[in-house]
Amino acid sequence: MADNSSGDSAERRVGGADPDHPSRERKSSLQQSKDRSKWNLLLIPAIVIPLLVPLYNRVEPTLFGWPFFYWGQLACIALGVATTSLVYQKTKTRKDPDVGWASEATERRWS
Amino acid sequence: MDGIKKTELIIFIGFFLLVTVIGFYAARWRRPTDLLHLDEWGLGGRNFGSWVTWFLVGGDLYTAYTFVAVPALMFGAGAAGFFAVPYTIVLYPIFFLILIRLWSVSHVRGYVTPADFVRARFDSPTMALLIAITGIVATMPYIALQLIGIEAVLKTMGVEGEIPIVAAFAILALYTYTSGLRAPALIAFVKDILIYLTIIMAVIVIPAKLGGWDFIFGAAEEKFGSGSGILLPQTGQLQYATLALGSALALFLYPHSITAVLASRNRDVIKRNMSALPAYSLALGLLALLGFMAIAAGTEPVGGDNNTIVPALLESQFPDWFAGVAFAAIGIGALVPAAIMSIAAANLFTRNIYKEYFVKDATPRQEARVAKVSSLVVKAGALLVIIFIDPQFSIDLQLIGGVIILQTLPAVAIGLFTRWFHRWALIAGWVAGMGIGMLMLYNIQRIDPATGEVIRAHFGGSAFSLSKLGFDTPTPIYTGFVAIAVNLLVTVIATFILRAMKQPEGTDSTRLEDYFADEDDPRVQELALGIGEGERVVGAAKGGRADDR
Repeated sequence: MADNSSGDSAERRVGGADPDHPSRERKSSLQQSKDRSKWNLLLIPAIVIPLLVPLYNRVEPTLFGWPFFYWGQLACIALGVATTSLVYQKTKTRKDPDVGWASEATERRWS
Repeated sequence: MDGIKKTELIIFIGFFLLVTVIGFYAARWRRPTDLLHLDEWGLGGRNFGSWVTWFLVGGDLYTAYTFVAVPALMFGAGAAGFFAVPYTIVLYPIFFLILIRLWSVSHVRGYVTPADFVRARFDSPTMALLIAITGIVATMPYIALQLIGIEAVLKTMGVEGEIPIVAAFAILALYTYTSGLRAPALIAFVKDILIYLTIIMAVIVIPAKLGGWDFIFGAAEEKFGSGSGILLPQTGQLQYATLALGSALALFLYPHSITAVLASRNRDVIKRNMSALPAYSLALGLLALLGFMAIAAGTEPVGGDNNTIVPALLESQFPDWFAGVAFAAIGIGALVPAAIMSIAAANLFTRNIYKEYFVKDATPRQEARVAKVSSLVVKAGALLVIIFIDPQFSIDLQLIGGVIILQTLPAVAIGLFTRWFHRWALIAGWVAGMGIGMLMLYNIQRIDPATGEVIRAHFGGSAFSLSKLGFDTPTPIYTGFVAIAVNLLVTVIATFILRAMKQPEGTDSTRLEDYFADEDDPRVQELALGIGEGERVVGAAKGGRADDR
C-alpha cells in the first residue's frame, strides 16, 4: 500500500491547514473536524474546575453533615457527566450522517 | 488476631471459584474465530460494546488497591486522600479529547500498543522501545499492588502466609492465558456488582450505626486537629491539584488503560463511556469516606498495616456473611486489573520488543503465543516482588511508576495532535524528565507529623518541596508535574536545535484522516495483507463492517 511511504509534509501536521491537497472531500473533512472541536471546548471547564482547590477548600455550606470540601467535589462529578454527555450527543457519529465524513472519504479512497 | 474467620472465608472462596469458572468460560464468549491472534487475545477482538467497555474500563481503572489505599490515606492523612475524586473527574474529559484519536489511528493501522503508534508516527523504533520499557516497568509494580489488596483482605480474615496468594495468582494467570482480555471483561461484571453492593450497604448502614455523618466528620476533625483538620492546609493545595491532574494524565498513559480503550468497538462507545464512567468516581468518593468512618468507629488496622483499615472496618460493622461478600469484592477487584495489566504488558513486549528486535516477520499466531507466555512471566514477576521484597517497595515503585509513565506524554498524547516534536528531541526529553523525576523522588523524605522524625530517608512520597528548587515557600508540588515540565521544555528546545541542524525527521506513516476514523473504515492492514492471510480476513469480517448496522 502506497500510503505508508507517501505522507507529504502538509499531511503530517495534524490540525494544520492542508492547502495543497487536491481532493475536495479532504478539505471539507478538515472543516468538519474543526466544527466538532468547538463542542469539545466544553470539556475544558470539566477539567479545570475540579482542580481549583480554593473554590471548594471550605467547610460551609454543609449538606447532610458533609463539609463543602467533600460534597462540592462529588458535585463536580455531575459537572463532568453533564459536559461529557453533551459533547457526546453533539459529536456522535452514528445518528448524524454529516459527521460520517471520515468513513466516506477513506472508503472512496480505497475503493 | 483470633484465628481464621470461617464464614467470610467460605463466601470469599465461593466467589473466587465462580469467577474462575467465568474466566475459563470467557474463551468461548463472543466466540472468536481464532483466539490465536493478538487482536483477539490481547484486545478481545476490538469489538466490545458500551456495556462491556463500561465494566471493563471501570474494572481496570478502579483497582482493588485504589479501594484499599484511598480510604487508608483518608484514615491516615485526612483531606489530602480525597484527591482521588478530582483525579477521576478530570480523567474522562482528557480521555475523551485524546484517547479517542488513539483509538481511531490504532483501528485503521492495526496498532495494539501506544508504542506501535509512536514507532509509526515518529519513525523511531528507539522511542517506541523506550515507551514499551517505560510501560512495562510502570505496570509491574501496579500488578504487585493488586496482590497487596488481596493480601489485606486475607490478613483481615486471619489467613497468613504466601501460599493462598500464589494459588490465587496462578489461577488468574491460567485463565488469562487461555481467554485473554475476554476473561477480565467478563469477570468485571461480577466485580462491579459486588463493589457497588458493598458501597451502597456501607454508605447506608455504617453512618446510621455510628450516629450520622456529623459524627463521622466530627471524629475526623478531632483526629486531624480542630479548625481545618478536615480541609487542606494552605500549603497543601498545590500538591492536591497537581497530584490530581498528574495522576489523571499518568493513568491514561498506562498501557492497561489504553488496552481497555482500544478493545472497544467504535468511537461512540468510548465517548458514551466517558460520560458514564464517572459513576465509579462517585463510588470512589463514597468509599474514600470509609477512612473517616473507620476513625469514627475507632477501628484499628490489622497488625499496624493501614491498608487493612477498610477490610477491618467492614469486618467490624457488617454481619459475617456480608463482610465475606465485601472481601470478595475487593479480592476480585484485584484480579480484573491485574489481568488487564499483564495483558497490556505482554502486548508491549510482543509488539515492540519481540517483533521489533527478535522475530521481525512474526505471524499473528506467533505474536499471540508470545503474548500469552509473557503474560505469565509478568505475573510471576509481580508475585516474586511481593514475596521476596518488602511490600513497601512496590508502593514506592508504584509512586515512581506514575512519574515515569508521565514521561511518555509528549510522544503518545501530544503526538496524537502534532508531529512537531523531533523524534530525537522526544528521546532527549524522556531522558531528562526521567532523570529529574527519579532524583526528586529519591530526595523526598517521609517525616512523622507527630514527632518530626524522619521515617524514610528516600522515596518518602510524591510531594516535593518547592523550597528545594529555590522558591521561598513551604508549598510542595507533585513530582511528576515538575518532571513532565522539564521533559517538555527539553523536548521543545531540542526540537529547535535538531531542526536548525537539519537532522532527518523520518516519515510519518499515519495520515490526518486516520485520527478521525471510525468502525466502518477499512483497516490498512487488512487491505494490505487481506488476500494472503485467511485469519485476518475472517477477523475483519467479524470485526463488523456495514453489515451490522
